[in-house]
Amino acid sequence: MSAPNTDRPPTARSDHSPWNWLLVLPIIIPLLPFLFNSDEPRLFGFPLFYWLQLAFIAIGVTCTTIVYRVSRRNGR
Amino acid sequence: MSEHVTEIIIFTVLFLTVSVMGFVAARWRRPENLDSLNEWGLGGRNFGSWITWFLVGGDLYTAYTFVAVPALVFGAGAMGFFAVPYTVIVYPIVFLVLLRLWSVSHVHGFVTPADFVRARFGSPTLALLIAITGIVATMPYIALQLVGIEAVLKSMGITGTGFFSQLPIIIAFAILAAYTYQSGLRAPALIAFVKDTLIYIVILVAIVYIPTRLGGWDSIFDKAQQKFTDSAAKGDGILLNAGNQLQYVTLALGSALALFLYPHSITGVLASRNRNVIKRNMSALPAYSLLLGLIAILGYMAIAAGTTPIGKDNNTIVPRLFDQMFPDWFTGVAYAAIAIGALVPAAIMSIAAANLFTRNIYREYLKPDATDAEEARVSKLVSLAVKIGAVLCIIFLDLQFAIDLQLIGGVVILQTLPSVAIGLYTRWFHRGGLVAGWVAGMAAGVMMLYTIPNPVSGKAHFGGSAFSLGNLGFDTTTTVYAGLLALIVNLVVAAVATVICRRAGVAEGTDTTRPDHYLADEGDPRVKDLELDGTTAPSPTEAPPAPTTTAT
Repeated sequence: MSAPNTDRPPTARSDHSPWNWLLVLPIIIPLLPFLFNSDEPRLFGFPLFYWLQLAFIAIGVTCTTIVYRVSRRNGR
Repeated sequence: MSEHVTEIIIFTVLFLTVSVMGFVAARWRRPENLDSLNEWGLGGRNFGSWITWFLVGGDLYTAYTFVAVPALVFGAGAMGFFAVPYTVIVYPIVFLVLLRLWSVSHVHGFVTPADFVRARFGSPTLALLIAITGIVATMPYIALQLVGIEAVLKSMGITGTGFFSQLPIIIAFAILAAYTYQSGLRAPALIAFVKDTLIYIVILVAIVYIPTRLGGWDSIFDKAQQKFTDSAAKGDGILLNAGNQLQYVTLALGSALALFLYPHSITGVLASRNRNVIKRNMSALPAYSLLLGLIAILGYMAIAAGTTPIGKDNNTIVPRLFDQMFPDWFTGVAYAAIAIGALVPAAIMSIAAANLFTRNIYREYLKPDATDAEEARVSKLVSLAVKIGAVLCIIFLDLQFAIDLQLIGGVVILQTLPSVAIGLYTRWFHRGGLVAGWVAGMAAGVMMLYTIPNPVSGKAHFGGSAFSLGNLGFDTTTTVYAGLLALIVNLVVAAVATVICRRAGVAEGTDTTRPDHYLADEGDPRVKDLELDGTTAPSPTEAPPAPTTTAT
């Protein structure tokens, strides 16, 4: 979703940034069952289905953190 | 009951401790007075990153979740793990949306999502629909928090018969109602610290200690697979099958889209101090998702340990597992964690529902010139009424009724997405179109849920949210989350009706928000809109009071 640009705010502020596209990754990846719907390989006894989906949490954290850091640097 | 004495003592001590904290919270970060919704209902809109993390975490990951998700994994296997992708994708989805909602609410002093819709589309009717949807979706959710408490009480052997069996729950909710009345949002915010700390400790101990008693993780998963292979039911197993993959994905996506439309989630977000607090929390809240994933696997541990639920109530499976594995005193701590975990969301939900009533029904239709103090008083009383309603619901109606209603609640709250979430980005939809889409989405959602049977419990209707595409004439056994289908119906009807309204020249309604309002941050000037907030009317350029601490 992106805002229509017809009426730009009078200030220089914007919540647009190419970095925001990074947020798409952790939305799409966890919704692709063929990536994780398997027992093997197991990790510490966890089937792939469980450890990989738990690992997706790290992707989510990484992407949101990067977007946050970039937005702070740009003063948005 | 006698073998549970240690548990009951520890449980009672911890429960009473947080009750005292709830009352003391009125003095915490004390404002000059609590007589406005800003203070009572939103904690002064001044919570920093840590408080927000505990508050929103305690708000979203409820006791019901902690009890019901492992129960689902225990019963059906992999399908119950949908809670993990659900709570991974939700934060990137709402990251940018919530920032816009926070900013425009900050500028205009909105307390509820319906306040925003009222100002954005200039339609009290649409705002009323949004408010009613929010209240209807929240009420059964509050009642369900009692399920968490009840599961724990049952496991401690506190059963009794008739009225006395309900007495502990009535006492617990009476205490909860009293301190929420007095302290508002500050009470759950303070209690959330204790609740979450206890839960993290209990779960970490559980996932380190219990597997050593059960022969390691390999053995736990293998035993679970064995149980599902032996069972007659189709569709269970530690992996997904061809028939339920789409359900898994659509349920995760639909639930994620719905989560931050719930009024109580929005209350937690609006109480934060500035945009950075929200951004930081979008990266920090997934810590709870990890916790939830580990809790889900407790369902398999229960299988491996041969734990049996009390009666047919699978919700008792986690309390029973703790009782079986832990020494009595630690079981008491774990039980207290679950019960206290019910109080935090129940308090926030009742505040959110009360705010919706006060702002979008009472003020809009009954007493347009209500002062801030009157609003706060009405909200406090309504929050009491909401909790009494939840208790009555549990006492006089079947618990299953609350579970059904909560299932419907998730589907109906999704129908506010076009007005609230899409409305934050574009005003393309006509208010008439949004009303039409809401009606169509609601009807489609409830009708689909009605057709869904549950072979396990033998129910003919409202047996789940997995709608079979076979019903639409497709030759398949694939199922899809009904809420998402209803949302598609909603969007299509809203779009068509929008075009029709425009062609027919139906009035648009006034938008009192401006594009820069969606980007405002702490310290930016606020509009004290006379119509929405008629008590104090400073000039629109007046700056808010300087924050006492700066953002870190």
